[in-house]
Amino acid sequence: MEVKEFDSETYDVVVVGAGHAGSEAALAAARMGEKTLLVTINLDMVAFMPCNPSVGGPAKGIVVREVDALGGQMGKNIDKTYIQMRMLNTGKGPAVRALRAQADKNMYHRVMKDTLEQEPNLTLRQGIVEKLIVEDGVCKGVVTGTGARYHAKTVVLTAGTASRGKIIIGELMYSSGPNNSIPSIKLSEDLEKHGFKLSRFKTGTPPRVNKNTIDFSVTEEQPGDKEPNHFSFETPDSVYLKDQISCWMTYTNGTTHKIIRDNLDRAPMFSGVIEGVGPRYCPSIEDKVVRFADKPRHQIFLEPEGRDTQEYYVGDFSTSMPEEIQLKMVHSVAGLEHAQLMRPGYAIEYDVVEPWQLKLNMETKVVKNLFTAGQMNGTSGYEEAAGQGIMAGINAALRAQNKDPFILRRDEAYIGVMIDDLVTKGTNEPYRLLTSRAEYRLILRHDNADERLTDKGYTLGLISDDRYKKFQDKWNAVALELKRLSRKMITPKMAEPFMKEHGLKSLKDGILADHLLRRPEVHYEDIVDMIGEGGAEVDRRVKEQVEIDIKYAGYIKKEQMKIDRLKKMESKKIPERLDYTKVNGLATEAVQKLSKINPETIAQASRISGVNPADIGILSVYIEQGRIAKIAE
Amino acid sequence: MPSAVTEYDTIAAISTPPGEGGISIVRVSGDQALSIVKKVFKGKDLAKVASHTINYGHIVDPQTGDLVDEVMVSVMLAPKTFTREDVIEVNTHGGIVATNKVLQLIIGAGARMAEPGEFTKRAFLNGRIDLTQAESVMDLIRAKTDKAMQVAVNQLDGNLTHLIGDLRQEILDVLAQVEVNIDYPEYDTEQMTTKMLLEKARTVSAKIDELLKTADSGEILQHGLATAIIGKPNVGKSSLLNRLLDEEKAIVTDVAGTTRDVVEQYVNIDGVPLKLIDTAGVRETNDKVEKIGVERSKQAISSADLIILVLDASRELEEDDIQLLDATQDKRRIIIFNKNDLIPVIHPLDVKQLKDDDIILLTSAIQNDGIEQIKQTIGKIFNAGIEDSSSNVIITSARQAGLLRQAKQSLEDVISGIESGMPVDLVQIDMTACWDTLGEITGESYPDELITQLFSQFCLGK
Repeated sequence: MEVKEFDSETYDVVVVGAGHAGSEAALAAARMGEKTLLVTINLDMVAFMPCNPSVGGPAKGIVVREVDALGGQMGKNIDKTYIQMRMLNTGKGPAVRALRAQADKNMYHRVMKDTLEQEPNLTLRQGIVEKLIVEDGVCKGVVTGTGARYHAKTVVLTAGTASRGKIIIGELMYSSGPNNSIPSIKLSEDLEKHGFKLSRFKTGTPPRVNKNTIDFSVTEEQPGDKEPNHFSFETPDSVYLKDQISCWMTYTNGTTHKIIRDNLDRAPMFSGVIEGVGPRYCPSIEDKVVRFADKPRHQIFLEPEGRDTQEYYVGDFSTSMPEEIQLKMVHSVAGLEHAQLMRPGYAIEYDVVEPWQLKLNMETKVVKNLFTAGQMNGTSGYEEAAGQGIMAGINAALRAQNKDPFILRRDEAYIGVMIDDLVTKGTNEPYRLLTSRAEYRLILRHDNADERLTDKGYTLGLISDDRYKKFQDKWNAVALELKRLSRKMITPKMAEPFMKEHGLKSLKDGILADHLLRRPEVHYEDIVDMIGEGGAEVDRRVKEQVEIDIKYAGYIKKEQMKIDRLKKMESKKIPERLDYTKVNGLATEAVQKLSKINPETIAQASRISGVNPADIGILSVYIEQGRIAKIAE
Repeated sequence: MPSAVTEYDTIAAISTPPGEGGISIVRVSGDQALSIVKKVFKGKDLAKVASHTINYGHIVDPQTGDLVDEVMVSVMLAPKTFTREDVIEVNTHGGIVATNKVLQLIIGAGARMAEPGEFTKRAFLNGRIDLTQAESVMDLIRAKTDKAMQVAVNQLDGNLTHLIGDLRQEILDVLAQVEVNIDYPEYDTEQMTTKMLLEKARTVSAKIDELLKTADSGEILQHGLATAIIGKPNVGKSSLLNRLLDEEKAIVTDVAGTTRDVVEQYVNIDGVPLKLIDTAGVRETNDKVEKIGVERSKQAISSADLIILVLDASRELEEDDIQLLDATQDKRRIIIFNKNDLIPVIHPLDVKQLKDDDIILLTSAIQNDGIEQIKQTIGKIFNAGIEDSSSNVIITSARQAGLLRQAKQSLEDVISGIESGMPVDLVQIDMTACWDTLGEITGESYPDELITQLFSQFCLGK
């Protein structure tokens, strides 16, 4: 019998899917004062982590800080639910230090669900969205499987791997969302009907085993840090978790690799069953063994999935081999000889909206007032999803308020780098943020995410007055201290005890405090020993900023010069609906790519692969002439 | 539809060097090339001939009907042409006057006079060639000797592009290793230490140095070695000049002003193009009107890379000699003790103004004695730069040299960063800058190269 549609409530913003993207999108819209509906297939899977039980790491950890600096939730949520915290890359410079937390998966879900439930303007509802309400190319709401028509000014889709999801384990293949949840099938069909180009991606997850059956004695322990660190700028050091839970490291071996090689004919990755494109950076173990045949072993991380569960995640052992083979593979690994399998690993194929169909504000070019975010746009990772989610939520709210879009440039945030990459270059594999994708990573540090973004978050209405004041106090203190050090002269006599202690040559002349701090062996504390405390209150975070600012001034200046050049190009806008076929001299490939992507600035155009410097020159001249041929709307 | 951008109208120019050569070529490029040439051509209907054919006929003045020259016309239609536009080349036979007339007629028929290098610029803009290739076409056109031509041909083959490409690949390998250590800190991939970065910076820097050493020679090949022959009146400058010119009969071109004054002359000495500065000045002093002396020489000195200072060995040093010796102290110079056939009065050892690195030669221009030595010396000065280059690649453009110096500066920043204890990811900023700058030389940039490299080389997980 056909389900009867009915007009349900009307909202400003409807967000579809309550994963890491959807949760942020809904919270941002609601906090900006929009009446928001968050509808998701299963309320017990809100902010669910279907793969690794961790948040952060290089580049990703910085995104978490950025989300927090804008007023988002991921940082706060992990700070309330972590079971281990580690700072990575401590031996390297400040730009690439990376915070990573092991999460209690279930708790992470419960705390986020509670936050959503407590949010005043937000309604959380279980339901499966099957189609969009679109009138004259403008999205006006959604319809669920139960027939409820929700009207809205704007809609954000974050369907993730549920979009026509298909799980594959060896010869077994079935329609499913992540972790045997209900897939979303009709929405994909509806999107295609509206003219969206979808493609198939693949990702995978490793087996889980029971902790009680692991022999930890033959593995290496990886404990958490003693030094306190949190993701949110608002979480105080005082709540740092004392009883952290360790991770453990072990390795595959020749036997593991032989089992895999002997059974490649049963591996969906190689037998042609999987059509979707998988990520290069998160390959399955069978992929690694084939591609890096000469490597005798691969690392495996054993990670607890939570405090009150025995389930362990076998990190870097992602596989879609038949369960029979998975068992043999797991048992071949040192420490896992008798491990009891709890869940087999699987591969999952899903639909993505090819992201070149988006504008920089995450609105689709195909349907107005419709935004997409998260894994649905071809990314992978909880953090990438959250970063897009908050941006889509903000922009959906701004559109509902008839305000200008909010866009972060590549020099402002990793989030900006990611969205620009997706929209400008598209992606032909699940996209992961890497620090190497950012041209200005010394500027895009995790420690200064608040400096970069909290002003913006405040203007948007996502940062409380109280938090904003603390933020201003911190940066005022940094400025004051920098000023003090740039004026304070250190005499040879003042520096002598330090020089002597470190076996350094005595100073000949006086030197400004900030100049002395530039020397690699001198730290902020040493300077304070010599010149005493200043007036401002200087906490750990202020010290850190002062030291980074002074020590790396030369490099920061170089990056800043590069950014200034970029800004010039970013300020050259390309008129909307420009007809590239009418621009004389453009290469055919450039015409095709430019027409497809419709870049908003000359700088964005220059980043499109297949558009060469000569094309950019021609295009600039053409625009400057001012007689622009346009495509009819 | 807006009008075509000015860069893409039809252009024409004589594309062979002006001179005594038998055949000259007038090249026309642009979408009107065919219709324009048709207006002045009598012969087959060029619109009907196959592309890439050469056709016999005559150029006729459409106003008067006068026959201007007997020509062969090559018709090459886009896109398989040098500029990727329609290109018509008129091969003339009648020497410079007739060739000029042909060009005038083509311009009269609607083409625009091409700016220097404009054909090449179009080839580059239309994606036909990369930047170094574009530059070497320019060099080829301007080549003043066979040797210069050879260098340009090598470059056109993409030798420099390959060499720069290799350097960039070396840097990319290092960068990928650095990046992998940053993005995957917990993996047991090999750590790229600052020590390894330091070694790489030094090797690449040395290779850039080698290339830069050729820059002087390259500059010389392209523009000629600016040489001033100076000396007080009657020391024999004129006969020396005549020896150098007459012996070689190798004046490549006269870059003349609008008057009769010859300001610069090119002479080919063992493959090295010498650009003789102010030869008019040299000759004028022969006119027994000796009003122009040292002052005029000083102008020539300031713009010369090489000074040939001629002294009269049969007379005592005079005030003029000493002034000239002083004025050229900072220059690379060859001091000629001429009139060696007469009884020498001065000896090099007596001239205290000489520097250690001066090259001293004894000659008799009248008797053609020592002229060969001068030539050999010039060849040696020039080849010093090239012989160091193992790669057969010579830097010929100031742009390339400038970018190479910039790349080298970045490497020096890498080295000093490491020496002052900066962490690897900061030092990497300068290493990346070097990689970018080298990419500018060839006009390529592949922002995704690094990431592709990352995944092809390393086995990584989540």
